[in-house]
This record gives sequence, C-alpha cells and structure tokens, in this order.
Amino acid sequence: MGAILQVDQVYKYFGGVKANENISMTVTQGSITGLIGPNGSGKTTLFNSIVGTHPIDKGSIKFEDKEVSALPVPAVAKLGLLRTFQQTRIYGKLNCIDNMRISAKPSRDNLFSVFSAIPNELNDKAEHLLSFVGLYQKRKLRAGDLSFGQQKLLELAMALMNEPKMLLLDEPTAGINPTLINGIINRLIKVNEEFGITLLVIEHNMRVIMSLAQHIFCLAHGQLIANGKPEQIKKDQRVIDAYLGVQ
Amino acid sequence: MDFLIFQIPILMVQASIDGILLGILFALIAYGMALQWGVMNIINIAQGELVILGGYIAYFMYVIGIHPAFGIIVSPIIMYFVGWSLYKLVINRVVDRDLFISILATFGISILTQQLMNFAFGSDVVIAQSNFGTTMLFNYMVTIPNSKLFAAVVSIIFAILLVLYMRRSKLGRAIRATAQNPRAAKILGVDTEKVYAATFGINAALCGVAGSLIAITFTLHPYVGLPYTVRSFMIVIIAGLGNLPGVALSGMGLGVFEEFSDYIFGTEFRIAAVFLLLVFILVYRRFKLSRKREYLK
Amino acid sequence: MNQKAILYLALLAFGIAVPFMFPAYKLQISIMWILVVLSLTWDVQGGQMGYNTFGNIMFFGLGMYICSSFQIGIFFPLAEWTASGGEKTFIHTPTQFFQGFFIGIIFAGIIPALVAAIIGYGILGLRGHYFAICTLGLAIAAGELAGGIELVGAGQGMTSPPWPKNIGDTELRSEFFYYICFVLMISTFLFLRWAYTTRFGLVLNAIRDNEDKAEAMGINTMRYKISGWVVSAFFVGIAGGLMGNMIGYIEPVETAFAGRTFGVFMVVMAILGGKGTLWGPVIGAIAFHIFKEGFWTFFLGWQYVALGALIVIVVIFFPEGIMGWLREKYPDRFGEVIDEEDRKAQVELK
Ligand SMILES: Nc1ncnc2c1ncn2[C@@H]1O[C@H](COP(=O)(O)OP(=O)(O)O)[C@@H](O)[C@H]1O
Ligand SMILES: [Mg+2]
Repeated sequence: MGAILQVDQVYKYFGGVKANENISMTVTQGSITGLIGPNGSGKTTLFNSIVGTHPIDKGSIKFEDKEVSALPVPAVAKLGLLRTFQQTRIYGKLNCIDNMRISAKPSRDNLFSVFSAIPNELNDKAEHLLSFVGLYQKRKLRAGDLSFGQQKLLELAMALMNEPKMLLLDEPTAGINPTLINGIINRLIKVNEEFGITLLVIEHNMRVIMSLAQHIFCLAHGQLIANGKPEQIKKDQRVIDAYLGVQ
Repeated sequence: MDFLIFQIPILMVQASIDGILLGILFALIAYGMALQWGVMNIINIAQGELVILGGYIAYFMYVIGIHPAFGIIVSPIIMYFVGWSLYKLVINRVVDRDLFISILATFGISILTQQLMNFAFGSDVVIAQSNFGTTMLFNYMVTIPNSKLFAAVVSIIFAILLVLYMRRSKLGRAIRATAQNPRAAKILGVDTEKVYAATFGINAALCGVAGSLIAITFTLHPYVGLPYTVRSFMIVIIAGLGNLPGVALSGMGLGVFEEFSDYIFGTEFRIAAVFLLLVFILVYRRFKLSRKREYLK
Repeated sequence: MNQKAILYLALLAFGIAVPFMFPAYKLQISIMWILVVLSLTWDVQGGQMGYNTFGNIMFFGLGMYICSSFQIGIFFPLAEWTASGGEKTFIHTPTQFFQGFFIGIIFAGIIPALVAAIIGYGILGLRGHYFAICTLGLAIAAGELAGGIELVGAGQGMTSPPWPKNIGDTELRSEFFYYICFVLMISTFLFLRWAYTTRFGLVLNAIRDNEDKAEAMGINTMRYKISGWVVSAFFVGIAGGLMGNMIGYIEPVETAFAGRTFGVFMVVMAILGGKGTLWGPVIGAIAFHIFKEGFWTFFLGWQYVALGALIVIVVIFFPEGIMGWLREKYPDRFGEVIDEEDRKAQVELK
C-alpha cells in the first residue's frame, strides 16, 4: 500500500532548542503507526509541523502527495488530516452533542454557508459516535463538566465526526484510568479497521504502543533514532538507551 | 497636513527635545503599568486617572500656597494609600481572573474617579505654576521650560530609586519573585496578598509622581486620563514586561512621535494620532506574527 | 399554542401598544429598544464569540453621521448645512425628509458593515485583551477624527434634518421613530435568534471556548468572526442613524462615538443580563435602562459615580448576569439535564 503521509528532512528550531532535526518518516495508508520518545524529544512539535500549527524551518511534508507544509491549520484539516491534543481541547461551555455537531465537515464551506442550517441527521451520527466512545449518557452535559478522560474520549469522537482520512493522536491514554486503557486500544483498532482511518499515535505507554502499532518511529533529542516493527524497536539498543536516559 | 517642520530644521530639534522630555514622563507611568501587569496580571485602565489624581494633589498644594514641586513627595505618599485601598476594595477580587474582568473593573473605577475629580476640582483645565523659568538654546530658537527639565530629572531619579528598591529591599525581591512565579513564591513563604497590595500601591505612587510633574509642566483636567493609560499600554507592549531600558526608549519614541504629529497634523489630532498609533502597532504586530502562524498573547 | 408563542405575542402586543399606553414615555422606550439592539449586537462578539469589544460604538457613530449626511447631502450642499447656522437655510419637504431618511438609514447600515468587513481581517486577528484595547483605541480615534472633519461640522457637530413642519406634530414624530426603533429591535432579535440556530451560532461558541481547536477542526474562524462583526455593525449602524434623528443633534464624542455612555452601556447591559445568551442582553438592557432612568435623576450629578460603581459590582460579583444566575438555579430549565438517565449521569460525575 502507498504512503499517505511523507515527512522529508523536516527541521524545526525554537531559538536554540532543536525540537526537530532532519526528521524523515513515511506513514502507510491504512496503517496504525506509532511515534515514541522520551519527554521533550519533539513528538508534539512534529505533530504541530504536520498539521501546520507553525511553519517548519526546512523540509517537506506531503499528505496524499500534496505539499502541506505551507498551508494554514484549517486548510490541512479540510484535506482530511486531523489531530487531537495532548492537553485535551474541547468546547467547554457547549454540551457534548453540540461539540459533535460543530465538528462535522459541512457539506458546503464558503462565504454563503456561514448561516447554513446544521442538518438534523448529524444528531443521529453524533449520538452514534458518542455511544461508540461510551459517552451517550453524558451527551447533554457541558463538555467542560466531563472528567479529563471523558474529555479525551469526546475529543476522539469529535475527530471521528469529521470523517478524516488520517488522524494524529497525541498521547490518547495519558491521564486515563488504567482500567479504561484496554477499551481505548480496542476502539482505536476499530477506528482503523472499520472506519478505515490511518492513525499516527504518540504514546508513552510501551505496552499500549506495542499492541497497537504495526510500525514505530522513535525520537530522541529531536532526532529520529530508530524505526521498525514493534519487536525490533523493543530490542533496539538506541531506543532502550534513550528511554533509560543514556546519552 | 503641514510639513513646515521639515522645512525649518530647528523646529525638529525643538520637537525632539520636547518629545524626549515628555517621553521620560510617559515611561515612568508605563513602568508602573508594566509592574502591576507583570506581577499581578491585570491591565489597569484607571492608570491615567491615578496620574491625574496625583496631579490634582500637587495642584491642591499650589492652590493653598505650597510650591507644587513638593507634590513629588506628598503625592506619592497619598497615592500609595489610595492604591493600597483600591487594591483591598476592588483589585484583589480581580487578580487571578480573566484579564477582561480587570479591564472592565478598572474601567468602572476610571469612570467613577473622573466624576469624583470633577466634583472636587472642577471641570476647568488647570495648571500648577512652578515659576521655574525657561532655558533658551540655539540663539533663542529652542525654548525649554525648566519645569520640563525638572520633570525629566525627577522621573529618572524615581525610576532609579525604584529599580534599586526592587533589587535590594526584601519587599522588592518578593515582588520580583512573585512576578516570576507566583506559585513558587507562595510556597517559599511570600505573602502574595501583601505583595500585590504593595505593588498596586507602588504603581499608584509612581502615578502620583508623574501626575505632580504633569501638573507643573502640562495641564490637568478630570477627563484626560485615558490617553495616559493607552500610552503606557502601548509602551509596555512595544518594550515588553520587565525591560526598563526598553520602556524608557519607547516612552521617548512615543513622546517624539506626538510632538512631530502635533506639527504635521495639528494639535487637535494629537489624541487621534496616539490612539491610531496604538491600533497600528497592534495590527502590525498581528500581521507580523501571523506569518509565523502565531498571535499576540 | 405553546408557552413560548404566547410570550412572544404578548411582548409584541406590548411593544405595539406602548405609544398609547404610556404616551409620555415614547422617547424613553424608543431609546430602550435602541439599547436592546446595542446590547444584543455587542453580545455577538462579547458573549457568543468571547471577543470583548469596546469598538462597536464606532459603528454607532459612523451610522449616525452617515445617515444624516445622506439625508442632507442628497438634497442640499452638506458643507453649507454644517457651516454655523447653515441648517436654517434649507428645509426638507416631507417627501424629501422621508426619502432622505430611508436612504440614510439603509446606508447607515451598509457602510459600517463594509467598514467592519474591511478592517475585520486586521483587527479580529487580535485576541483577548489586545483585541479589547485595540477596539477601544479605534473607537476613540474615530470620535477624535470626526471632531476634526469640517464637512460634518468638526467639533461643533451637526444637526440632523428636523421633522417637517407641515405634517403633524411632535407626537407623530415620536410615534414614527418609536415604531422604527421597535421594528429595528425586533428584526435584530429575530435575525440573531435565527442565526444562532445555524452553523454561525455554533462556530461563534466554538471560537469562544477554544479558537485553536476550532481551527484544528478545519473551521475557517476568520470568516465567521468577520461575518459576526458585519452583522453587529449593520444593526448598530442603523441604530446610530435612528438615534441621530431622534436627538436631532450630532456631537462627535458625546452622542456619536459616545464611548463614555452608549459604548460602556452596551457592555454593562450584556453582562448584567447574561453574556452569551439570546435573552440575557435583552433583559440586561431593559433592567439597565430602568435602573438608569430611575436613578439618573436621583443621582443627579453623580451618574458616572453610580455607573462606575455598577460596572465594578456587576463585573466582580455578578459576571454571569441574570441569565447565568437563573441557569445556575434552574439548570434543567436550560436543557442541561432532561431525563432521569442524564440526571444520574451528572450525579455520577460530581
Ligand atoms: N512553542 C514552543 N516554543 C519554544 N520551545 C518549544 C515550543 N514547543 C516545544 N518546544 C520545545 O521543544 C522541545 C520538544 O517539545 P515537544 O515537542 O513538546 O516534546 P514531546 O511532545 O516529545 O514531549 C522541548 O524542549 C520544548 O521545550
Ligand atoms: Mg508532547
């Protein structure tokens, strides 16, 4: 299968901090790919570069063979490349249903559709997806009143509502009650298999990423130090060193 | 529009000197604004009213026969307590909340103070005569009222004293620590409540000094506070918080800009020029940042 | 018929009957409808979108000047009218008056809306307090500039065309303006009520809650921000045009770009009633107007002290406003909790 995302020699510095240095990676269409690395190794920065949160210093990022590194955030999202945030972001004062309704891709999107009605069918879809992530009963509560873990799930459901082609997930299990983690893994696999969405997942929890991803990239100090199948990564000395803090 | 100033170079000298002297005063007020903004994260729209109120104290002394220059001692003392009380009454309830709440609450204080000053001192434009005389330069082509020189020197002295106080004194260090990281300061035993009250008091005292200087060099009127607020805001966003040389430089830059704009567009457009400059600076910054896909924070 | 429809009809009937029920208060209530418009449109930015603006008063002043300038300018030389005493030289016939009025009102809406569209891209790219202070700067600069333009009377201001002499008395005049104000208020309310049910309303709320997230979800937020400002500018501009005609006299900083009065009022009213709700700004405007009219005479000379204190008190102790307080008290009435299942869910959460 072809590549859906190609990151080619991407650099991103913040002043003196080399957050990303010469990163090249390819994500295969339809796969679940992992991105691991110790804290501060530049994973979130790479996500930000891919979806256009900030311009990159050098390099190229292609989504479905289209150069996206110069596009602003909404334009990248409209191509079908979405991300969730490490520090969960939802619309706190809106209820869950409205959070979902506003996340759907509008059928028309131009100056004249600013005042277009929101189709009623969306409610069914929203409720369906909310029950998929287990939030159906909380659908009428304000999203800001949900617990952190529930907000993460809501954010995932919102992303699914938009029907992206590819989804970048920033630590989907961080801060979540360990008993719920298996549920999340199962759902992510379902998202990948049933909805056909390519996933690129940043994950800290080794167990999670090993059971989820088919291919893993590992960052340390802003550089790509290894990539391969989970079994290879598990044994890779550089990865072990990076995680143990050996320089 | 009038470009006379560019045809007669000596006017440029006059405008630059006036502007720099004025700008030093602006910088003093802006320093106070940066202080409270940095330490307690509030934007004080009533800053200008504090200045004018401080000025009226000097004016009051002048009216009862004391030389208004002594206002630079009396006014900050009184204003410190005004600031401290304002903090205890209102400001302590808006720290830690949305910035707009502090903007609106201090806006309310500003409206209220304006009318109170109107009651107390009338709505006429007043000035406290210092009788300091004038200095002539370049063969009588450039005139500088000595009161303006006095104002600039006093401002600089107070700024230096304040910097030393911030470095050396216990309270000053506590204020600086709180500005860096309020939570850590609290854990280390700093009484942030006291620090905030003192910061607001010190800011008001600075406004008191600046106000007394304005009373002897320019004019006072109950409703001219807002432009001083906007000037300090502008200076702070150009220079950044906690950058005293930057504040001084941008203050002088602003002063020179205003004097030049007086010559070019006319005095009646002076306030418009100040406010348009603010809009221009903000929008310019916004476009500059948006190229990096960032926004003013 | 459901309760809501009855409520709406009763309010409508009240609005229509006011000139007959309280003939002495026609002007007062006309101004109240204007205040409702200002409050409702401020809330589009301040409440629904979370962009606290001090600048909407600019559209008010703009509308005021534009309306009168058109009313005069299409029949007479404007410069001569605004020259001292000039307005006495020219007299509008009734036809001219009404033609001019309607053309003026239309442009009083359209031109501020265009201005909002043009400057929106620059200004609405600012966030939080930078936006608030920038719009404050714009509004004050606009007033100061208007005070320097000779064509519209500079600092002296200008008069708007007086009501034509030969058609009815001042009673008719105030009834005429009353109904126009009422229609403007109803149109603004109904328009926003509808707009908030569309994508527009939800996107505005999304921007308020997390603008970065909205962009990350593919929403072109700038388009919605500008649209919202254009809507506000349109209705506020018309309100300004009307107000200029009702007062009969335009002064740059006291009546037109009246930051110290209407400019502050609109913020206070919306917050008092409850930001980000449809009815909040309406209730806030009415409550504020009653407070103001009741106490303004009582506080004679102390109005601004009272206003300043009111702002401080509302902002500190009552930031959620009347509607927010009601929502706290009766959450189920606001659709937050409806069936038992959800109630349980909420208990579980707490
Ligand atoms: N906006 C920013 N400005 C300055 N430095 C940043 C910014 N974002 C990230 N960094 C720095 O870049 C490095 C990588 O951070 P990040 O990508 O968040 O790491 P990770 O997600 O792998 O934990 C860190 O040293 C961080 O401090
Ligand atoms: Mg991260």
